[in-house]
Amino acid sequence: MMLKKIMLAAGLALSLTGTAQAAGGAGEVTDFSFSFEGPFGAYDQNQLQRGLQVYTEACSSCHGLRYVPIRTLADEGGPHLPEEQVRAYAAQFTVLDEDSNHHLYDAEKGEYRALKDSDNFPANNSAGAPDLSLMAKARAGFHGPYGLGTNQLFKGMGGAEYIASILSGYTGKEKVEAGTTFYENKAFPGGWISMAPPLSDELVEFADGHSNDVKHMSQDVAAFLMWTAEPKMMARKQAGLIGVVFLTFLSVLLYLTNKRLWAPVKGKED
Amino acid sequence: MAGIPHDHYEPKSGAEKWLHSRLPIVGLAYDTLMIPTPKNLNWMWIWGIILAFCLVLQIVTGIILAMHYTPHIDMAFASVEHIMRNVNGGAMIRYLHMNGASLFFIAVYAHIFRGLYYGSYKAPREITWIIGMLIYLLMMGTAFMGYVLPWGQMSFWGATVITGLFGAIPFVGEALQTWLLGGPFVGNATLNRFFSLHYLLPFVIAALVALHIWAFHTTGNSNPTGVEVRRGSKEEAEKDTVPFWPYFVIKDLFALAVILAVFFAIVGFMPNYLGHPDNYIEANPMVTPPHIVPEWYFLPFYAILRAFTADVWVVQIASFFTGGIIDAKFFGVIAMFGAIAVMALAPWLDTSNVRSARYRPMLKWWFWLLVIDFFALMWLGAMPAEEPYASLSLLASAYWFGYFLVILPLLGLIETPDPMPATIEDDFNAHYPKAAAKDAAAQPAE
Repeated sequence: MMLKKIMLAAGLALSLTGTAQAAGGAGEVTDFSFSFEGPFGAYDQNQLQRGLQVYTEACSSCHGLRYVPIRTLADEGGPHLPEEQVRAYAAQFTVLDEDSNHHLYDAEKGEYRALKDSDNFPANNSAGAPDLSLMAKARAGFHGPYGLGTNQLFKGMGGAEYIASILSGYTGKEKVEAGTTFYENKAFPGGWISMAPPLSDELVEFADGHSNDVKHMSQDVAAFLMWTAEPKMMARKQAGLIGVVFLTFLSVLLYLTNKRLWAPVKGKED
Repeated sequence: MAGIPHDHYEPKSGAEKWLHSRLPIVGLAYDTLMIPTPKNLNWMWIWGIILAFCLVLQIVTGIILAMHYTPHIDMAFASVEHIMRNVNGGAMIRYLHMNGASLFFIAVYAHIFRGLYYGSYKAPREITWIIGMLIYLLMMGTAFMGYVLPWGQMSFWGATVITGLFGAIPFVGEALQTWLLGGPFVGNATLNRFFSLHYLLPFVIAALVALHIWAFHTTGNSNPTGVEVRRGSKEEAEKDTVPFWPYFVIKDLFALAVILAVFFAIVGFMPNYLGHPDNYIEANPMVTPPHIVPEWYFLPFYAILRAFTADVWVVQIASFFTGGIIDAKFFGVIAMFGAIAVMALAPWLDTSNVRSARYRPMLKWWFWLLVIDFFALMWLGAMPAEEPYASLSLLASAYWFGYFLVILPLLGLIETPDPMPATIEDDFNAHYPKAAAKDAAAQPAE
């Protein structure tokens, strides 16, 4: 039924980010295996923390996370950082795009105040880059086949896979058109993206010594952005599981009740 | 009420008599709950309860969402994210509401197709059918306006496209569209009125549901044989029926529990599967998504809307004879609403004396083709407006109209029905021979 997604591939990201040149077909999205996939999948806390680091050190210079409250970095089912660390993180965050964050302006002091953990991440529209809060839900990595939508049933929507594929999909080729530089990217619909390759090997030094090549960093930050888009996923899956187990049990009881109730009517009992 | 003969509520204590002589509400509840129901109802008769549950689910979750939602174009999208992140249980409530709409439509389509197969729409149940169609139309209106509220890209552009349909009406269209939108385009006034109506219409639906139930409680339920319950005496009626409580309440609750188990799996494990990624991008009037696709439950009728393009001969004929007043766009709108109108007229288009397709050897095939046609239209509605989908859409639309306007009237005249059971009891006993044996054994004792 949810066949509609197929059409997104060619043009969606392209027109929304205004970056690609022409629809050159859907990009190649790799089906990375993430820990949060499937009914029992969970976020990998360490991976989210690494992803936060990649976001902070690389992405945040152009992209905001305006819908994400900073305090949620301490949430269980998320990065689960200690609260004092979250407060320190907020305090060190520099507001890069002052035009988009007027609510942080302190008129008395005449300056932008320091962030608190009760604030959201600042918006950042300085480079015209889209906000990343919901990016992992605003893109579908998988489509079809034949508009039937079954690929998404088995592989998931593929938002995180799409992000990771874009970040690790640069071929190294560039071209300049109308004064704008475009970078060839295997995963991007149309093949040419205006975002310069944001990651390079060993760009970020992970405290846990985890591999910091582009491929691993891409997946870490994609996982982190899946969390920013869907911060209550763990609670939701748990609620779903409890619901399914409880309702299945209730179904069995009601089935037996119904069977017994109808038995005299159907002549199956004296 | 000239219903099936059955026992009525008798107030016993003084207090009961006191109340009953002033407001017979207990009697009404008793009669409603104890209504004699054909005992041969199969599993396709569960959808009514599922639909009632969906209406309650949507109203309850919706009222909670409305407590936290802000109907303003600058704040709507952020307020939904606030619900998803900061409101206790907000993410779950919103996903229940979102997917609840899909469950609602799955159930209503099953309910409608059940009515079409078993001829539930036929006399004397035309009013039940017509009220049902009105409920369905209001459901579509409510769902459409609800989808606009999160103020994502698909909300905005869906609203723009659909309200644009009214603009296609000759002479008054443009004025009507402006009046509906509260301005020249979809904006804050539109969002506000959609929010207001999205809150109002479910209560109108609830009132119509009460009428729907009242109507079929007057005529009695239809049933898979299409043979009416015998009404000569209470004893006779009791051979064909069992009281709704507890027999069908428990059966329906069992079905509801099974369906809800699947529903919770979807809400818990893949709540965005039926949604559209674009709607997680805030509405932007400056950027048109390349493919504006409605929610799945609108797709069949969306396909019919798009099928009638300017190069289709019926459109050209209509355009010629009306001096261009009916153009392709307006024709599409007429076709879309007409597709529902012909369905609503089924009680008068169907000429057969036999209700149930179970005893209509030819209709059976045409019916299943209609079901396939419906799914084909659903698929085509999601496809781009290009070949081969355009031609297929036209073909599938033609069959939809053909079924109601040609096949239903014609088949009644040429079809020879299969032999039918004389009573519901006979049908039931044919399925449950032991019940028949028991009846026979009980006979002499009576």
